[in-house]
Amino acid sequence: MTEIALPQHHEHEHPSGITRWLFTTNHKDIGTLYLLFAVSMLFIGGSFAMVVRLELFQPGLQFVSPHFFNQMTTMHALVMIFGAVMPAFVGLANWMIPMMIGAPDMALPRLNNWSFWLLPFAFTLLLSTLFMPGGAPSGGWTMYPPLVLQTGMAFPFLIFAVHLMGISSVMGAINVITTVFNMRAPGMTYHKLPLFVWTWVVTAFLLIAAMPVLAGAVTMLLTDKYFGTSFFNAAGGGDPVMFQHVFWFFGHPEVYIMILPAFGIVSQIVPTFARKPLFGYTSMIYAVASIAFLSFIVWAHHMFTVGMPLAGELFFMYSTVLIAVPTGVKVFNWVATMWRGSMSFETPMLWALCFIILFSIGGFSGLMLGLAPADFQYQDTYFVVAHFHYVLVTGAVFAIIAGVYFWLPKWTGRMYDERLGKLHFWLSTISVNLLFFPQHFLGLAGMPRRIPDYAVQYAEWNMLSSIGAFLFGASQLIFVYVVVRAMSGHGEKATDQVWEGARGLEWTLSSPPPYHSFNEPPKVP
Amino acid sequence: MITRFPRSVMIALVCLLGGGTARADYALNLTQGVTSISREAYRLHMLALWVCVVIAIIVFGAMAWSMYHHRKSRGAVAATFHDNTKVEIVWSILPFLVLVGLAIPATTALIAMHDTSNADLTIKITGQQWSWRYDYLKEDIGFVSNLDEKSAAAAKLGSGVDPRSVEHYLLNVDKPVVVPVGKKVRFLLNASDVIHSWWLPDLGFKKDAIPGFVNEIWARIEKPGTYRGQCTELCGVGHGFMPIVLIAMSEPDYQAWLAGQRAAAAKAKAGADRVWTREELLSKGAEVYTKTCAACHLPGGEGIPGTFKALKGSPVVKGPLAEHIDRVMNGKPGTAMPPFAAQLDDADIAAVITHERNAWGNNMGDLVQPAQIKAARK
Ligand code: HEM
Ligand SMILES: [Cu+2]
Ligand SMILES: [Cu+2]
Repeated sequence: MTEIALPQHHEHEHPSGITRWLFTTNHKDIGTLYLLFAVSMLFIGGSFAMVVRLELFQPGLQFVSPHFFNQMTTMHALVMIFGAVMPAFVGLANWMIPMMIGAPDMALPRLNNWSFWLLPFAFTLLLSTLFMPGGAPSGGWTMYPPLVLQTGMAFPFLIFAVHLMGISSVMGAINVITTVFNMRAPGMTYHKLPLFVWTWVVTAFLLIAAMPVLAGAVTMLLTDKYFGTSFFNAAGGGDPVMFQHVFWFFGHPEVYIMILPAFGIVSQIVPTFARKPLFGYTSMIYAVASIAFLSFIVWAHHMFTVGMPLAGELFFMYSTVLIAVPTGVKVFNWVATMWRGSMSFETPMLWALCFIILFSIGGFSGLMLGLAPADFQYQDTYFVVAHFHYVLVTGAVFAIIAGVYFWLPKWTGRMYDERLGKLHFWLSTISVNLLFFPQHFLGLAGMPRRIPDYAVQYAEWNMLSSIGAFLFGASQLIFVYVVVRAMSGHGEKATDQVWEGARGLEWTLSSPPPYHSFNEPPKVP
Repeated sequence: MITRFPRSVMIALVCLLGGGTARADYALNLTQGVTSISREAYRLHMLALWVCVVIAIIVFGAMAWSMYHHRKSRGAVAATFHDNTKVEIVWSILPFLVLVGLAIPATTALIAMHDTSNADLTIKITGQQWSWRYDYLKEDIGFVSNLDEKSAAAAKLGSGVDPRSVEHYLLNVDKPVVVPVGKKVRFLLNASDVIHSWWLPDLGFKKDAIPGFVNEIWARIEKPGTYRGQCTELCGVGHGFMPIVLIAMSEPDYQAWLAGQRAAAAKAKAGADRVWTREELLSKGAEVYTKTCAACHLPGGEGIPGTFKALKGSPVVKGPLAEHIDRVMNGKPGTAMPPFAAQLDDADIAAVITHERNAWGNNMGDLVQPAQIKAARK
């Protein structure tokens, strides 16, 4: 009580213990919660992937039944997409956006609390299905009917969990937009917004447009199963392909939801360690906006083999390959930022550079997949698996890790151990390529995705891929150690500036920053 | 197995360096296949691949150059430029032109694939959990193609069989689909339960088999041979176990094969019209059960609780016969149990029901004759 009466002690008024985290409306606390949640989901989803790679280590069935295998692939994807990557980006947004735009907090703090606390419930529902008779959902994260309608008891849990995740994402998105539109410090014009903020605003619009579509699609699944409707049931006059159209109308924007903030992070890191301003700031923003627009008119490239009319296939092929243009612009801009810079290679920069190279490889295979006649061969093979892991693991996840190393000293006030950071980087980079590069060959040689067992000619690449997977999984333990060390106050003290080349309002705050970022509007240079 | 591994990787790397012509057991690249469509797909794939390689060399080369020369540790001083409209226009337009260069051959290939007119023969393909049914329209021939028994036996948890000892492990079937070479074959695709996808890499395409839809695709195979592929749309627990094998043979051989199939079909029809003994029904029934039912209901009939009903002691199996026949022939809507009326013939259904009613301690003791199934079809 006495503390509230003393304004100078403002920072200490929050409750401590568990209630601090349950009732918190503070953007940093909520950001921390999101990030911790994401990393625990990364390990849960990762352990499912380990089961998959273990079974695929050799031809023949050694460890799990095909039914459990399908549960693992399905749950791996759902947990990684909705539990790890998306919440991690929201966590970074929570921490960084108010500090970057000179605001004290997010615009809607209570909504912020709610959108985080929905997630543990959503994932408890989803993960509990593993222990039910009949097991977890096993029809793939894409939930295509009629197969998904054969799910047992897990089905309503899956649908409700997806609804909760969707509500959480949309609320997070509303909060980001409201904050950026209303809480910028005087002088922080749209032409000065850091790219991380820009990419997040665009992402937030994508979320608001895409998540309700997913909610609609899964609701129709629910009524088809329990209330006798026939939206997707051919026998009742419905159309199973319509689900795929609706799903991918959500699904393709969704993949950009998972990569645009990554572009933002890399656009913060590269100029910092090249000690040179970002090349083509305006064209970066236009590129992000046009990628976002295009992402709504390319969805059927996931369904080239369903048998569309020729005109449809041509349209979706052209619009898909067109995305390569703005994507190329971004990569060229990053390279031009490095050009004639004064570069140093601290851990965040290593991850960001690796992102640029490996994400581009995923973009290249994306371009190949976009060519419909070739996609008739690639579709639903390991070539596609290689593609989306290059863009999602060495793309989205690498960018998240880069961001954590970049901002960790600011958050905790402690430098992480540079030697361990580099070790983590090199182990991860080598093993992730061992893990995913051979999958290109497997797919081209004819191995379908989502199979628990395979013909013997695929044995060697699969074994190599599994070894890569185990190494990659183990390397992430270093990351946990590094982060926990800094969080628990070990390591060298960080300066406010942290990085020599760092520019922006967030670096003017102390390390760690005060509980409410900017109580007085800062001066924007 | 671990000891084999370094050597194989070495060989693979040598193949990689030696270019696409060197081939080992494990391919690295897309097949060129045996149809005009598959060659087009291959050409487009290689063109796109090389375009990507060239772009990668330029972009990553520029990156490597500045990482080496513009390093702070070498005393590099940062320039201050952050814009160059001319350069930015060039690197937006150049990639666009490259894309046009890729889109042109892709468009012609796509148009050719859609031309299913003037086919010499038509085969209807039906995907079902988990096998393929082939019907030769106009020929009155149709059969189901299952995973071969050797692979099926090896592909069990704890089977103890080394997959390397099974020829064409998981890529072999009991009855391959047969087509003549040099003829334009039109395939019509459809499914009876969930979505499947029919892929033969050597034919250059895959196409989804969707309940309630008929998809069309065609192939004119140039070389006699046996071509293997798999289902490529997740369709449940048996998804990895429903391969596709197609044999392309010369026209006279194909005609001889057709004649043989017609004779076999006539014989099966005759079989359905006579009375079967208990032993015949039970042995045929066990065979059909293993092939068709055991994937879900398991070899011991215990099922998977919550997903696939147990047949051991099941109220339907131990209940009135009419209901049991109805369940097998018409399935149970809203569950994974599909209708088998179209997939199995009268003798198969009669036999498998007899088997279920007498196996695993169900001991109902009754026999079902093919004639009863024939009557139930009306
Ligand atoms: C140049 C940009 C890209 C192009 C042209 C492209 C193209 C494609 C195409 C055509 C497919 C369908 C392949 C098939 O199923 O046969 C695909 C699949 C996929 N892409 Fe991309 N892509 C691009 C970038 C990305 C990015 C940035 C992400 C995510 C960060 C992404 C994530 C995915 C995922 C997750 C799938 C597979 C979904 C599934 O079937 O489960 N892609 N991409
Ligand atoms: Cu897409
Ligand atoms: Cu399948």
